[in-house]
Amino acid sequence: MELGPYLILGLLEGLVTAAVLSLMALGLSLVFGVMRVVNVAHGEFFMVGAVLAWIIANAVDSHPAVNFLAALLLAPPATALLAAIADRLVLKRVAYDPERTIVATIGLLYIIQQVTLMTYGPDARPVEAPFNHRLSIPFVEWTESGMALYWPWGLGTTSYKLAVIGAAVLLLGAIWLLMTRTRIGLVMRATQLDSEMARAFAVPVDRVYAAVFGLGAGLAALAGVLIVPIQQAHYLMGHDPLLLSFIVVIIGGLGSLPGTVVAALLIGISDGMISVFFTPTLAKIIATLGVAFVLIFRPQGLFGRKGL
Amino acid sequence: MSMFLGSNLRKSWTLHIGVIILLFALQFILPAYHHGNLARIMVLACYAMGYNILFGYTGLLSLGHALFFAAGMYGMSLTVQHLGWSAGPALLAGLAAGFAVALAIGLLALRTAGVAFMIVTLMFAQAGYLAALYFGEYTRGDEGFVIQQSFRQLAGVNLADPTNRYFAALALFAICVVVSLRVVQAGFGRVLVAIRENEERTRMLGYDIHRHKLAAVVLSGTMSAAAGAAYGLLFGYAGATFASVQYSIFPLLWVLLGGAGTILGPFVGTLFMFYLIDLSSELTTAYMLIAGFALVMLTLFAPQGLVGELRRRALRWLP
Amino acid sequence: MTRTTEKPAAENAVTNEAVTNEAVKRPNRRTALKTLAATTALAAAASSMPLFGRYGQVQSSEPIKIGFQVHRTGIGAAYGRWYDRTTKAAVKKINDEGGINGRPVEIVAEDDGTDPKRGAEVVEKMATQHGCDIAFGTLFSHVVIGSAPRAGELKIPYFVVSEGHHVASGMLNRYTLQPGITDVKSQVQAMAPFVNSTLGKKVTMIYPDFAFGHDHRDYFSAAVAAQGGDVVAKIAIPPTETSFTKYFPKIPRNTDVIYHVMVGPAVLTFVKEMGEFFGNSRPEIFGFIDSLEAVDLASPGLEFLEGTYFWEGNPRYAQANQSDYDKAYRKAVGVDANGASVSDPKDVSTYAHMFGCWETLHIVKAGMEASGYAGAGDRAKLIEAVESMTSMPHSYAHPQGAKEFNGKTHQTFGHQYITKVENGRLVLAHTTSIEDTYYPDETDYTKQSF
Repeated sequence: MELGPYLILGLLEGLVTAAVLSLMALGLSLVFGVMRVVNVAHGEFFMVGAVLAWIIANAVDSHPAVNFLAALLLAPPATALLAAIADRLVLKRVAYDPERTIVATIGLLYIIQQVTLMTYGPDARPVEAPFNHRLSIPFVEWTESGMALYWPWGLGTTSYKLAVIGAAVLLLGAIWLLMTRTRIGLVMRATQLDSEMARAFAVPVDRVYAAVFGLGAGLAALAGVLIVPIQQAHYLMGHDPLLLSFIVVIIGGLGSLPGTVVAALLIGISDGMISVFFTPTLAKIIATLGVAFVLIFRPQGLFGRKGL
Repeated sequence: MSMFLGSNLRKSWTLHIGVIILLFALQFILPAYHHGNLARIMVLACYAMGYNILFGYTGLLSLGHALFFAAGMYGMSLTVQHLGWSAGPALLAGLAAGFAVALAIGLLALRTAGVAFMIVTLMFAQAGYLAALYFGEYTRGDEGFVIQQSFRQLAGVNLADPTNRYFAALALFAICVVVSLRVVQAGFGRVLVAIRENEERTRMLGYDIHRHKLAAVVLSGTMSAAAGAAYGLLFGYAGATFASVQYSIFPLLWVLLGGAGTILGPFVGTLFMFYLIDLSSELTTAYMLIAGFALVMLTLFAPQGLVGELRRRALRWLP
Repeated sequence: MTRTTEKPAAENAVTNEAVTNEAVKRPNRRTALKTLAATTALAAAASSMPLFGRYGQVQSSEPIKIGFQVHRTGIGAAYGRWYDRTTKAAVKKINDEGGINGRPVEIVAEDDGTDPKRGAEVVEKMATQHGCDIAFGTLFSHVVIGSAPRAGELKIPYFVVSEGHHVASGMLNRYTLQPGITDVKSQVQAMAPFVNSTLGKKVTMIYPDFAFGHDHRDYFSAAVAAQGGDVVAKIAIPPTETSFTKYFPKIPRNTDVIYHVMVGPAVLTFVKEMGEFFGNSRPEIFGFIDSLEAVDLASPGLEFLEGTYFWEGNPRYAQANQSDYDKAYRKAVGVDANGASVSDPKDVSTYAHMFGCWETLHIVKAGMEASGYAGAGDRAKLIEAVESMTSMPHSYAHPQGAKEFNGKTHQTFGHQYITKVENGRLVLAHTTSIEDTYYPDETDYTKQSF
């Protein structure tokens, strides 16, 4: 494929990655920002979302669009509830100590994976997309008669992938409104800035924490539901997205919502674009080192303030 | 006061040398299976002890220690495999590789702190893992390769023999315990702890923070590399699995379970985790469930790790 | 095309029961063990009389313990589950027919997490804790290579079912054998003539960027060059990858055939995105079924595979010329004519690989009976007995087809199947001869001491 069309393709693929990643990373960022803990089990909530999507879609067993819609509406709240319970049962009791939370969430990760393995099994199972048309994309070339459109071989995407990008944009906007324009957002931000002070002003910090943990997990599950028609639900699928969203949160700068989104775009698109120019594994190595060097020269992340 | 310190010092040397003697004695009574396991655990405990120097004593949480473990393992095994080196020089090559990688990573990653340090180390380790796959022509990637028995001879001692393997593992373990103890008791170790507790105050007291941290990274990395090289040599296999993220998480888990910032914590944590998986997998195929519950329970009821709790509740002098 | 080993129709028409009996009567028909001929005859006599076999044992009625290293968790779990089912079925059959040397067989299964470190520990546990007679059943190559040195040191026979080239390459040791499944080198090179003559000369290879993929790359490239074909591009995909579209533009436009092989949970995404990339203008496509092992061919997005070809170790769908052995084997394991579980049509088996467990256990049985295996002291005799095996005819014990075992390299050789997707089913298009899969020996384990 020629360079121009290839770059377009890389960009589109990168955008899909970025869309899913930004939702998931946003969930992690909320938890990280408000509760100051690293949730190692965040990837498992992504997986639970995808697995529940498969289970719900199969239980409904109607038109693919109906199945998917049911999954989209039911799986994230169910996952959020699960996470809120875990918060109450475990994280609250370790007093959100950063180190103990790491071990506790590793424990949760084992439990969630094993339960999934015993109930859902080890297979990667697909959920049919509500719609999925292949869309060829034209490109321009210079001919003797001037500029002309043509359809390069292989350049295309699917309607579902475009819908994922669109859905992510809408959801991110909704989260932004929630955080900046509502009382819930205000309470969350207050707790994030100073939980002791918030408590003094009669903010129910415990409930805010449970809600934030649930919301974070719900966002991860939402990302899982959106991805499952493209990839498949598998009990180990949470691992790589966890690492990536972790990176995104740090690169974006802790607690910065726009930073998280920009970093997700940066990571997603560079993943798509670098692979145009290098052999695949070398591209991954370069992208990985790139992240390290961004942080070495800007340790607070792109949008973070020093000292946060 | 100094007498009191002196008696604590004596107690702690007595305890740790006692543990080493106990491990020596166990060699003669343990059934074959547990004998083999303990050799393995001692080598892995060295990895955890290396990790503990940086995490437990200096307060730097790395998510990329598999890179150092793998540097030692590949430094040793690649020189054996492709240059035909014998075990002694190959071990040194593993140590040198670990030292060099740790120095380079230290110089770069220490420009950051906190979560950024976690991510930078994670990224370097990930790049290292991918590089092990990328250079599959030499490393055979994920599949790895066998270090043939004929090469696993150190000074005429066959390391594939169970007794010799056990003693080799014990020797490495003893070295790591002694080095850790000396570090912790020396001024250098106290500065590390001071950095962990309050970096700014330590700086104001006139200590060169960066140099101390760098030394901690290098020591920690080299010790991890020693464990990696020994592991490859004693068990005859090197593969990219050991460079994967999972193997960076393990030492963190072992150290947290056993007790961060304690000398024996890493060993106890490794031992505990090993038998937790091993015994529960005999009882049920859902052993990860048991392991998961155990981890959650530990964080709830032994927040400082097993040895850490012991220190908090009874033996306050434990280093 | 028909199978080269196909039996006369009359013989094919026997009932399952008859097949069973035949297998029982002649458990080691062609092991050709001159030195052990007497034992063989005895063993054959014993097992042809199940009652005598079961109760008349003088030495011991203690079960023979087979340590089964199984991938229950980790990336190999989908394979592990089916390896488990196949192993259970084979052991049930063997025990129903009187066990081995009159002793019942007991499986001691333990998970290795598809991890080479845990794998080695599990082998140690089987040898020293459980007191297993042999260890068996490992699939993923890194687990095999991580475990084999320990098996060699503990002197426990280690029968792997991995299809890796590690055994035949000479990297492992005298105690490690792979008699029940062919290796990747022989599989891959046997595909080249068909791919080049039927599908096209210019091949683009897409494979995972780790050792298994590199084996495909190296052995297939060499075999294609020998056929006068040309590998125009080699696209190695990082094993952690979950989206693939961005790599497909690296496929040169002049490609006649795509050769793909992928492993792991993301395989379906890979194949689906390949279809989306090509739209209606795909080249010929040839894949290793690994890319879709345990995946339902009727999954959404796979329609474009119609008319493409697959290598299969053992055809997933029951073929028109299905042998009675395959019929009986399917029934025993619980697999329907579409290669899925009889109790859940969405639970697709790893049919192209799991026969290896069945066949390996029958070889272990034959080896133990030929060597008069009585306990751990006879392990060397067992290995020598297996090493001296050669032809293994198509039978209920070898339902995938006839095999030729090479005792020097500890590796078996057998027919390979190429199937074509027709109406959503994989239909047999070509069967290679065993000779197609041969390559010169790279080692001689029999020269190693025990």
